[in-house]
Amino acid sequence: MSKQEEIFNAESYEKMELLRFTTAGSVDDGKSTLIGRLLYDSKSIFEDQMEAVKTSSERRGDENINLALVTDGLKSEREQGITIDVAYRYFSTPKRKFIIADTPGHIQYTRNMVTGASTANLAIILVDARHGVVEQTKRHSLIASLLGIPHVVICINKMDLVDWSEESFNQIKNDYKQFASKLNVKDVNFIPISALLGDNVVNESENMNWYKGSTLMYHLENVHIANDHNHIDSRFPVQTVIRPHSDEYHDYRGYAGRVAGGIFKKGDDITVLPSGFTSKIKEVETAGTPLEEAYSPMSITMTLEDNIDVSRGDMIVRTGNMPEISQDIDAMVCWMDEKNPIRINGKYTLIHTSRNCRCIIKEVVYKMDVNNLHKLEDDKEIRLNDIGRIRLRTTQPIFFDAYNRNRITGSFILVDEASNVTVGACMIRS
Amino acid sequence: MSYTINHLSELEAEAIFVMREVAAQFEKPAILFSGGKDSILLTHLAKKAFFPAKIPFPLVHIDTGHNFTETIEFRDYLVKTLDAKLIVGSVQEAIDKGLAIEEKGANASRNVAQIPALLKAIEDHQFDALMGGARRDEEKARAKERFFSHRDEFGQWDPKNQRPELWNIFNGKKHFGEHFRVFPISNWTELDVWQYIAKENIELPKTYYSHVRPCVERNGTILAVTEHVQPREGEEVKDMRIRFRTMGDATITGAYKSDADTIEKIIQEVAAARETERGNRADDKRSETAMEDRKKEGYF
Ligand SMILES: Nc1nc2c(ncn2[C@@H]2O[C@H](COP(=O)(O)OP(=O)(O)O)[C@@H](O)[C@H]2O)c(=O)[nH]1
Ligand SMILES: [Mg+2]
Repeated sequence: MSKQEEIFNAESYEKMELLRFTTAGSVDDGKSTLIGRLLYDSKSIFEDQMEAVKTSSERRGDENINLALVTDGLKSEREQGITIDVAYRYFSTPKRKFIIADTPGHIQYTRNMVTGASTANLAIILVDARHGVVEQTKRHSLIASLLGIPHVVICINKMDLVDWSEESFNQIKNDYKQFASKLNVKDVNFIPISALLGDNVVNESENMNWYKGSTLMYHLENVHIANDHNHIDSRFPVQTVIRPHSDEYHDYRGYAGRVAGGIFKKGDDITVLPSGFTSKIKEVETAGTPLEEAYSPMSITMTLEDNIDVSRGDMIVRTGNMPEISQDIDAMVCWMDEKNPIRINGKYTLIHTSRNCRCIIKEVVYKMDVNNLHKLEDDKEIRLNDIGRIRLRTTQPIFFDAYNRNRITGSFILVDEASNVTVGACMIRS
Repeated sequence: MSYTINHLSELEAEAIFVMREVAAQFEKPAILFSGGKDSILLTHLAKKAFFPAKIPFPLVHIDTGHNFTETIEFRDYLVKTLDAKLIVGSVQEAIDKGLAIEEKGANASRNVAQIPALLKAIEDHQFDALMGGARRDEEKARAKERFFSHRDEFGQWDPKNQRPELWNIFNGKKHFGEHFRVFPISNWTELDVWQYIAKENIELPKTYYSHVRPCVERNGTILAVTEHVQPREGEEVKDMRIRFRTMGDATITGAYKSDADTIEKIIQEVAAARETERGNRADDKRSETAMEDRKKEGYF
């Protein structure tokens, strides 16, 4: 049975998990080649796609089939030979389905990287074995850490160009560890690879017998992701209220939403925010089928024992485990507005879970030099792609947890009130 | 106890989340219904998302007039079962009124002519969000599409100026006259779709399953002989055992020789397939960036 066929016997796909990962690295470190390689070696590229890549490669005069062309989608990118947006790619093995967010590495695309990182379980950071840890490696690691990506893999690429040298690998590994001690990443792994030739990507390298660790693919298939969601603090932002108005379901009021944290089950005592009303869970269900327990990232409908007033933007939490409730927020921001820097005293729309309100920027505490983590307290102008710490005040209280405790209830975006464009991605500090 | 869900459940949860956001954030949302399996899947997900209420979206079908009879029959049947509202926008009418131009020549299609008919339906009904069954794995240009894709007042898509989409926060704010295209199953692959159809027992038009019908071969593509596809000189009509992987216009949708007459066999077949499902659509083969060019103009 081929790998692809194996995926489809019903038993194995019932157990397949989903892993989302992002790739980062400087221009030319080999990101696109690596993704092309993962797809190619896992037999996820279709013949017609491969044909198109071959034709393009020839047209461009590339020597080998240019696997990077598999991912470099939009016209202008193909023309410039660089990646300028976030492109999503898919492949699966019998164990897992993977979603790759392929993001550009250059500093002017920090916001794209932040976007790709926001939903990722894992980040692959590429390092060119000839150049070692560079400014970009540090920036990408900082972003991974700031965005709370639970797992990081440092792929030291182009090992073929340093004679497959163990010494080079160790040197880079040590340099990285020294720098990363300042960061908040829990799980870091190092893998020496050649994306071009395929060593240690899907297949074990015959050129680096000194390396005893797993291949990248093995790692992607086996890294433990069950605890990536918060299963402790029960949080349920209400998206919409379901009222059928039919005879059969005359008095039905279902609260629809996606569990953002913790576990909910029938009989739990709950509190509704902001009203503070309390009740018990009558049923937790999807499409009428009762569930024993609901947890993140399930989309469910919840009914309550009492007929209380609940609407979109409210949050149902387990009584006794409250989130923070405040109008004064201390957060890290990545700025995404092409036109204007963040305005002190400026007003923005804030979107947090299913809740919307207005806010005013009170203070920029510092801007961060993303290349070395230095806090810049003199230069506080936060422009496109800058990262900094801000304080703001909202018109209404929001219900949140610190981002490092819960990525869903700890994040929000800022929207420009005139253009409606998303201008800020924010992570709430503890 | 490990608190995890499998990949299909996670994709379902994500799609349901997106649909509920659409219902909550927009005033006149609709499902763009093509008659294909992806849009049938959307209606199924919508049913689950709002159960026990009816789906809060009408179905909008942009009718090219070049349909397979089976597609229209199934559409009407589905609308009845769901007790949903159906709105039909006619490409023929757009052509007759001079809003769209009929393509001439050997490989003419009504793909491009769909755009004005769609934009007219949006204007007539003041839709502010249209959900579609497009998936990012279908085509290169779609790999960068957002879940919530903003369109200006001309219905155009600007790939350079897409709103960043972070976490699960969807910003559907817009100015008067603008609208959104929303793609709840962005992260699904063809295989995910089939696995899910099997798991949920979703009913599909018979044309997706292997059957025998008269066909012709044209430029390497097998076309079913219908009212809209008649044999040309030198073409021989043969009874072939085929099935369809997508259901677009009868004039351009290629059939595949296949014995897969059950969902399990289809899953096996898709798993082993060596071509993407759009690989046999004459419209995408026109140029390397055909899809991107059409999207900018407002194609789905
Ligand atoms: N020798 C060697 N070259 C590589 C390797 N990986 C990538 N390259 C080359 O490096 C160049 C840049 O690769 P690309 O994937 O486009 O980098 P990106 O900018 O990070 O996406 C291309 O010419 C690749 O063929 C490798 O492992 N070894
Ligand atoms: Mg690239």
